[in-house]
Amino acid sequence: MKDGFTAKSLFLGCLLLASNAFARTSEAPPRTVQFNRDVRPLLSDRCYACHGPDKNARKGKLRLDLREEAIKKAVTPGDVAGSLLIQHITSKDPDEVMPPPDSGKKPLSKSEIELLKRWVAQGAQWEAHWAFIKPERPSVPKAAADKTRIVNPVDSFILARLEKEELKPATEADRRTLIRRLSFDLTGLPPTPEEVRVFVEHKHPKAYEQLVDRLLASPHFGERMAMYWLDLVRYADTDGFHADNYRSVYPYRDYVINIFNHNVPFDRFTIEQLAGDLLPNATTPQKIASTYNRLNRTTEEGGAQAKEYLAKYAADRVRTTSTTWMGATMGCCECHDHKFDPYSTKDFYSFEAFFADIKEQGVGKPEGSLVPNDAQAAELKRFDTLIGDLDKTLVTPTDQLIAAQTAWETKTLVELNAGRLGWSPQKPEALVSTNGTTLTARDDLSVLASGENPDKDNYSVTLRTDREHITAIRLEVLTDPSLDNQSLSRGGGNFVLTGFEVEMPGTDGTTNQPVKIASAIADYSQKDFPVTAAIDDKRDTGWAVDGGSKATNHQAAFIFAKPIVGGSGTSLIVRLKHESKFKQHNIGRFRLALISVNKPALTESGLSDDLVEALRKPGNDRSTGQTEALSKYFLGIAPELDPVRGQLATTRIEKDEFVKTVPMSLVPVSIEPRVMRVLPRGNWMSDAGEIVTPALPHFLVHPGNQTERLTRLDLARWLTSRDNPLTARVFVNRLWKLYFGTGISKTLDDFGAQGEWPKHPDLLDWLAVEFMDSGWDIKHMVKLMVMSNTYRQSSDADEKLRERDPFNRLLARQSRFRLDAEMVRDNALAVSGLLADKIGGPSVKPYQPAGYWDQLNFPKRTYTNDHGDSAYRRGLYTFWCRTFVHPSLVAFDAATREECTVERIASNTPLQALVLLNDPTYVEAARVLAVKIMMDGGGSVDDRINWTFTRALERKPRPEEQRKLNELYRKQLDHYAADKDSAKKLVSVGEWPVNKELNVAELAAWTAVARVMLNLNETIARY
Amino acid sequence: MNFFENLQLQASRRTFLGRATMGIGTLALSSLLNPFARAAGKPVRTQEGKWLGILNAPHFTPKAKRIIFLTMAGGPSHLEILDYKPKLAEMNGQPMPESYTKGQQIAQLQGAKLNCFGPQYEFKKFGKSGQDISTILPHIGSLADDICIIRSMHTEQINHDPAQAFMNTGTSISGRPSMGSWLLYGLGSECEDLPGFVVLISSGGGQDQPVAARQWHSGFLPSRFQGVQFHSKGDPVLYVGRPDGVSADGQKEVIDTVNSLNGVFNESAHDPEIATRISQYEMAFRMQTSVPGLMDISDEPPRILEMYGTKGGDGSFAANCLLARRLAERGVRFVQLYHRGWDHHGGVKNGVKTTAGLVDKATAALVKDLKERGLLEDTLIVWGGEFGRTPMAQGDGRDHHIKGFSIWLAGAGIKGGTSYGNTDELGYSAVENPVHVHDLHATMLHLFGIDHEKLTYRFQGRDFRLTDVSGEVVKAVLA
Repeated sequence: MKDGFTAKSLFLGCLLLASNAFARTSEAPPRTVQFNRDVRPLLSDRCYACHGPDKNARKGKLRLDLREEAIKKAVTPGDVAGSLLIQHITSKDPDEVMPPPDSGKKPLSKSEIELLKRWVAQGAQWEAHWAFIKPERPSVPKAAADKTRIVNPVDSFILARLEKEELKPATEADRRTLIRRLSFDLTGLPPTPEEVRVFVEHKHPKAYEQLVDRLLASPHFGERMAMYWLDLVRYADTDGFHADNYRSVYPYRDYVINIFNHNVPFDRFTIEQLAGDLLPNATTPQKIASTYNRLNRTTEEGGAQAKEYLAKYAADRVRTTSTTWMGATMGCCECHDHKFDPYSTKDFYSFEAFFADIKEQGVGKPEGSLVPNDAQAAELKRFDTLIGDLDKTLVTPTDQLIAAQTAWETKTLVELNAGRLGWSPQKPEALVSTNGTTLTARDDLSVLASGENPDKDNYSVTLRTDREHITAIRLEVLTDPSLDNQSLSRGGGNFVLTGFEVEMPGTDGTTNQPVKIASAIADYSQKDFPVTAAIDDKRDTGWAVDGGSKATNHQAAFIFAKPIVGGSGTSLIVRLKHESKFKQHNIGRFRLALISVNKPALTESGLSDDLVEALRKPGNDRSTGQTEALSKYFLGIAPELDPVRGQLATTRIEKDEFVKTVPMSLVPVSIEPRVMRVLPRGNWMSDAGEIVTPALPHFLVHPGNQTERLTRLDLARWLTSRDNPLTARVFVNRLWKLYFGTGISKTLDDFGAQGEWPKHPDLLDWLAVEFMDSGWDIKHMVKLMVMSNTYRQSSDADEKLRERDPFNRLLARQSRFRLDAEMVRDNALAVSGLLADKIGGPSVKPYQPAGYWDQLNFPKRTYTNDHGDSAYRRGLYTFWCRTFVHPSLVAFDAATREECTVERIASNTPLQALVLLNDPTYVEAARVLAVKIMMDGGGSVDDRINWTFTRALERKPRPEEQRKLNELYRKQLDHYAADKDSAKKLVSVGEWPVNKELNVAELAAWTAVARVMLNLNETIARY
Repeated sequence: MNFFENLQLQASRRTFLGRATMGIGTLALSSLLNPFARAAGKPVRTQEGKWLGILNAPHFTPKAKRIIFLTMAGGPSHLEILDYKPKLAEMNGQPMPESYTKGQQIAQLQGAKLNCFGPQYEFKKFGKSGQDISTILPHIGSLADDICIIRSMHTEQINHDPAQAFMNTGTSISGRPSMGSWLLYGLGSECEDLPGFVVLISSGGGQDQPVAARQWHSGFLPSRFQGVQFHSKGDPVLYVGRPDGVSADGQKEVIDTVNSLNGVFNESAHDPEIATRISQYEMAFRMQTSVPGLMDISDEPPRILEMYGTKGGDGSFAANCLLARRLAERGVRFVQLYHRGWDHHGGVKNGVKTTAGLVDKATAALVKDLKERGLLEDTLIVWGGEFGRTPMAQGDGRDHHIKGFSIWLAGAGIKGGTSYGNTDELGYSAVENPVHVHDLHATMLHLFGIDHEKLTYRFQGRDFRLTDVSGEVVKAVLA
């Protein structure tokens, strides 16, 4: 181990040496030590884990994050030798030295020790952590430099720093580079060659600003911004855990695009996302916005415990919200107080409590709501009004209906008295069982099961009748001494009727037609075994009657959706199914009966006893209740209303069809908040923790006399209030990253003690205050950054500068970086002319290798790519399956969006090469571009190469580039001229129509050239 | 400055130095960065863009160079395969004593009556060491003297998805690197033309639980450390196949032209990314030959095919085991096989036997084959699932169980013919020498010469590691 240690030190030494030689000249130890800049990062990294905010991890009762605590014990301001801190960090004794060698902490270097000594000598001043102090607008420095280089205060801050560093800013980039850079940065798309030409030739002093304004106004601006925002809020099309099924939240994605396009202020954007549903008279877009609260992963896995998953979801929301808005790493506090920052465990769970009002189930498919646009809302309203009107018509007696009712009453009374109404038991004509039960018809027309007693059996009974109007079938289940417990079955006495089906022979005499059963009633149903379970679509659920414990007869009626128009010799086939998991639960004895009464009851007459009583009374003697009951019953069956009932049914179907076209989103429903507790060390099973209510991180707010429970709305308002020191800084820092490659503080996700002290702290604060003062105006901030001369610099740097500032933190030039995954795709589609630039809508499925989704289950899924325009949409709209994100996007570092992602680390891998070389998306783009080369690129090979270069990179090729492409073209042409079959295959990749007019060998050779263009580093990078 | 910035710096410095002197700079750095290569006396190749690992020196003498992790996904029933419990047989059908289950986490058996369910198979003593192994795993039984069975595993997550994440990343929170990614980050790759972390998946024998790509994701580590899934259908590696109508020569011409144009551009751009890009295209080109070469098993003699029980190419576990050996031979650092058929909530008797039948012979073949080739001594084998199953019946099956389950290890640095730890007499809790997933990870890293507390990556201000804040090396299983 000792050897390892030495080797490591040696290695670090080498790097330090290297750093000193190459990079560190600007970072010599400062003469005046500044706590936040110089000391806090050291104390936080090496000491706070044991001597910081986490009271449970604190050693020796010493904390170094608070001055009053530290000077009690370890630090004596001004007295270097007398300070325990210095004694320990300089000790040679392995038991004494800090940080302890076995702590895993990097030992303090000589210069770091020197710095701490100097700090103690200078009085050991502490400062509150910079990011927790409200930003004040700093004065703009007066740079002595050439005033023409200052477009706005961004430049003043940067130039002043460069002057101090004795660096000169780079010259402005050429116009072609500028328009490419701006187009990629603001819209995620390349400019067209025509746009480049116009801009290059546009000499007006305002030309650049006009370009910026045009791009800011482009609807693609919102798409570009959304790409970034969607990573933060972990937007995706699937629910993430286990089966990872689809759920519709795309309206939220479109809302985000729209917000950026319409430049909605960031504070409103924040409020709508966190609490749009809580706003008074919330609009549909506001409700859609609040889908933010339900973008977390959810599970449907069997055996998952709701309580555990509710705890996971709650913690996820804290991580995402605190990281997205505050650059806070509150996730650490799920189990313990934060090691570096003052966030406590109680802060964490109090933060969770803000979301406790959201109705959700821990396990199961998340329920969504319709989010119609105005036209759709109007149409839904029209449907509802119509349905309401029809419903009303069906219960409103008219003169005509009253007359009809009187006639019906008279006729029914006569029939009732004559005994012509009522259920009429039927003799079974044929009896069949599928698994061997012997079914025997008895004299009382009942059927008894005997003989073999299979686990499951289905009976089929044929009835013959001359009845003309049949409205229902009654099933009586009857006890019998031959059955178990003298009850109803030979499986312990109880049965489970899992299906009751009726069929009639079809007109062709061979195939039977099902008779639709609309409803079922029973005189008794066992708990969890309702009679309706016998007519649902599920095979294993059914009707049961506790026959195991009670030997009693029971009956049920199955009512047809439309009465059967029978007549002489009508056959009905009735099937009784027993397919439950309960063995031998097959009905032991039963009898079937038919009836003509509409909406029959399970009484002898088929009319309920109350109705019979009412009917028998003269009209004047009836109570109000009886009159109403008769009227209601009659209206329910009146043939005069059949057309209205028909219209109602049709309208309901039409509405259902229409509803399918209305977008859905997971809009939260706010209910009585559930009780939230501190979970000891994150243990969801424990109920021992303190109950918490919503509260903001304790050290960031003044405790007030708040009495009412805080809501998500309060949280959102606080996040974007002037009192919040973090939100504005965090947001402008991330914007800066989008336009300069690295944040002013490079730790975009951590503004705590472990985060990086901003490289240009005054600039960051100035931008944050400007953002708030502007009314949280996002486009204003973007414009400020991209209008700056700092932004417009060339990204070229001479060797000296590259060595001096390898990561371009000082900004004496622009940065270079690879395009994001989605943009790599967008660019290829744009260059080839394939891009379908529709904004928004449901996510789409571009080509994806077969079998990529094979490991998904519950249910298994087959990926089928979309066709036509949908195959050529921007990467942003790609169906985001969290457990299997599209492989081309993954190769270019797209986030899985399972967790809040603040920054994608750009990688450079062979898999990226394979995607650009072989993914049909890129091959197709190349072969479509090849057609354009041949049609529009001029006659000669050189002309065409020129044209291709201009098309793909907006510049002319250098002679060397020209020569190499020419060479490639010739070789490929020779090859394809001799192998037309291969040529045909290549020019047919993808679904885009194949050009059959052009010479196929030439087209294939130009496809090769186009493939080269789409594979160049320059093509997928922004300079 | 973090390590990646350092690396970037080196890359850019190489570009400043120019191609003529690049070799020296890289050579020096390589030997600093990769003692494993140096110790093995191999010539250090100056492969730009190839990652050599963050560790400049091993913390301990490494025993393992690579690992084959045979993931028995779905949660195999330890009670039917590796952990025989006569007492449980005795109590078959009787209520599970409440002292075992009270206050414990339960999955699908929530609220159900808990009855003991006896082991469904006999066990037998195998090998000179006389290890107790189920009679349904006769081939694995024949490895008894080479393997170390750990019967006291326990984990923290009771549902498949998070439990697999826990086994792979040491946490159930997404966005953290998997163990293969950690190893690549720490040690780099020894392979010039194949990914350093390869995943192969088969199924059969039980309910196929989904396996998310997250399980081999690099999380917050750069995506170069991600596992690459090899497929049995279509391109073995996504997009490795040339487009229709493009010959190998034609493809090479395109790649050469891409690289020379990138080179021309870089003469003025001085962009280190371009130099890396060029080398990545070279590697991509090599992969287009090496991957088909790997998958083409026509050079395997019949004896070997018979031993594994496969003709190859069918995506079966047996075929994947054969590929695992071929990957090991080629220096792939982390090979992970998933077999998805172990989730037996019902019909555990037939289910476990069927699944065991699908993996037993090929597992043994793999270990023996590696041994014959002298590869077992520096290849670590891990065989096991994300959790075990309840001693209580779920109908005629068993539910998920996290308090005690079994795995086995073999190969590099492992004490064969031994077992470690035990569950209680009903197979419920790991009571003797419990081994947590973090302990397993710590032990695995140890075998690679890595102190698990020292392989860290800073993310959101914290130094993360595979073992989170715990984990002890299980010394007793080490040879």
